[in-house]
Amino acid sequence: MNSLFYQQNSSRNIGDKVFTSLSLICVVIAILPLIFLVTYILIKGGAQITPELFTLEPNPPGDDLDAGGINPALIGTLIITTIASIIAIPVGVGGGIYLAEYSKGGPFSRFIRFGVNVLAGVPSIIAGVFIYALIVSTKILFGSMYSGLAGGMALSILMLPTVIKTTDEGLKLVPNELRYASLGVGASMYTTILKITLPSAFRSIATGVVLGIARAAGETAPLIFTALFSYYYITGFGDLFYEMGSLAVLIYNFALEPYDAQNQLAWAASFILVLSILSVNIFSRILAALTEKTKRV
Amino acid sequence: MEEKLALFKNRKRFGIEKNIDIIFKNTALVLSSFVAIILLGIVLVIFFQSFESFSRYGLKFLVTSEWNPVKDEYGAFTAIYGTLITSFLSLLITIPLGVGTAIFITEDFVPKVFREIIGSFVELLAAIPSVVLGLWAIFVMEPFFRAFFVFLHNFFGWVPLFSTEPTGRNSLLAILILVIMLLPIVTSIARDSLNQVPKKLRNASYGIGASRWKTIFSVILPAALSGIMAGVLLALGRAMGETMAVTMIIGNSNAFSWSLLSPGYTISSMLANQFGEADGSQVSSLFYAAFVLMILSLVVNIFAQWLVKKFSLKY
Repeated sequence: MNSLFYQQNSSRNIGDKVFTSLSLICVVIAILPLIFLVTYILIKGGAQITPELFTLEPNPPGDDLDAGGINPALIGTLIITTIASIIAIPVGVGGGIYLAEYSKGGPFSRFIRFGVNVLAGVPSIIAGVFIYALIVSTKILFGSMYSGLAGGMALSILMLPTVIKTTDEGLKLVPNELRYASLGVGASMYTTILKITLPSAFRSIATGVVLGIARAAGETAPLIFTALFSYYYITGFGDLFYEMGSLAVLIYNFALEPYDAQNQLAWAASFILVLSILSVNIFSRILAALTEKTKRV
Repeated sequence: MEEKLALFKNRKRFGIEKNIDIIFKNTALVLSSFVAIILLGIVLVIFFQSFESFSRYGLKFLVTSEWNPVKDEYGAFTAIYGTLITSFLSLLITIPLGVGTAIFITEDFVPKVFREIIGSFVELLAAIPSVVLGLWAIFVMEPFFRAFFVFLHNFFGWVPLFSTEPTGRNSLLAILILVIMLLPIVTSIARDSLNQVPKKLRNASYGIGASRWKTIFSVILPAALSGIMAGVLLALGRAMGETMAVTMIIGNSNAFSWSLLSPGYTISSMLANQFGEADGSQVSSLFYAAFVLMILSLVVNIFAQWLVKKFSLKY
């Protein structure tokens, strides 16, 4: 009769409790450093934010106590990620269109999909090494060596797999009935893609692309020997062909400086970088959740 | 797709529209082959750049740890060893933590809202740039763990892994920061594959009287194993190629040591440190090291993809 009731002391119930608490401990160990990390960056970096930070050049380390601002790095990050997006988005969306709309699952498309996954796994520093060999050391870009343009190209290699994948998957989610209807009323293939399938997959593609851009903005390894770093304001179009600073490389360089003022600047730059990347991520998540809800209704 | 194209064949269209259609298709085709071109380009360019060093040092490059630009002697053993040991040890710590976390958020221990919050929080952290993690490691983690490392050395100094006096940055710190970076990857992939295990398997197991954890260990984890393994391999590839956080905290010393408490080197941190200032045969040797890194990560990635294909869930 007793055995019908829950027995607290039976070995299986004790074992279950032990493992449940073990998994809880795993969660705590996994989550705690992460929470600590984010709050530390936000508090420590947030304390350094001043209006001058956004307008001044950083001072070269060592000579005085005032570190200056991060204006060139901020603008540089915007320019380099824009260059990367200008290259990666058309190529990636075009490639994704081919994979999702035209390919018939033959060896070529299987090879490309495989290649996309492999390229996504290539270490980011390898992309930097590749662009260094191809562009920086050969001075192929009008004789300039390290340049913002080369940095943007290195980043575009990292963005490309993300863009292709999200386009491919976004288009595959579009129901075939839409395509049949469009082709059925006499539209050609490219009209169907441009007017029907791409617009209906637009939101999921855009979300993926924006996340890819946010990810690229924080990449450092491909930039340290392609775009290098610069202390000076970006004044015009010609600066694309010279060394260009970025927030990520600024954090790297100034974190390793022995001077406190430079370290503070690195924290401030981290704050800006983390805050913008996290808000893009959270915003796109909320957007995705909202659209899912409206679709269900 | 086939039916769609078959519909197409018997249609009469204006020439210009047909041409636009063909151009559009071929442009997309060319754009999609860019991936293959870039991939091939990376392999070829790095191989040819490393050729000089390869022909001079051959495979000896992989097993000697002399790195002397003055004498023109190069061997990358320290860096290769560092890459392998940091990635494997960090993975060893990450797997139980990540899979444990994934189990916690796929079971119903706590209400769904909390599980979703934990899950999306872990995923958000994958978005934090590694250079920021490196900054945090230098100024927060290193001072925090200093006393612990002294303790490790004092009590376990007889183990070769802890045999040196801890002085600031070292390989063990690099391993710990890698754990933080890999956790989101392993957790989110493990969670996805655990979620994909069909509900009826769980119900069947409960139905014949298995307890919750018996079910998890004997039914659910085995069913999700291939997905988890693929996630682990992807994380391994990431760990081997990870540059910034590791470079900032590992100490960057080419002197070989078994001890994790001494400064070390990885291939990627060597590239990050030396590429900017290198010239002559040092550049070629760095390309050789980059080639080794690329082959390592390609092998791991291709194996991961093969595993996913071969063992993807058959339910």
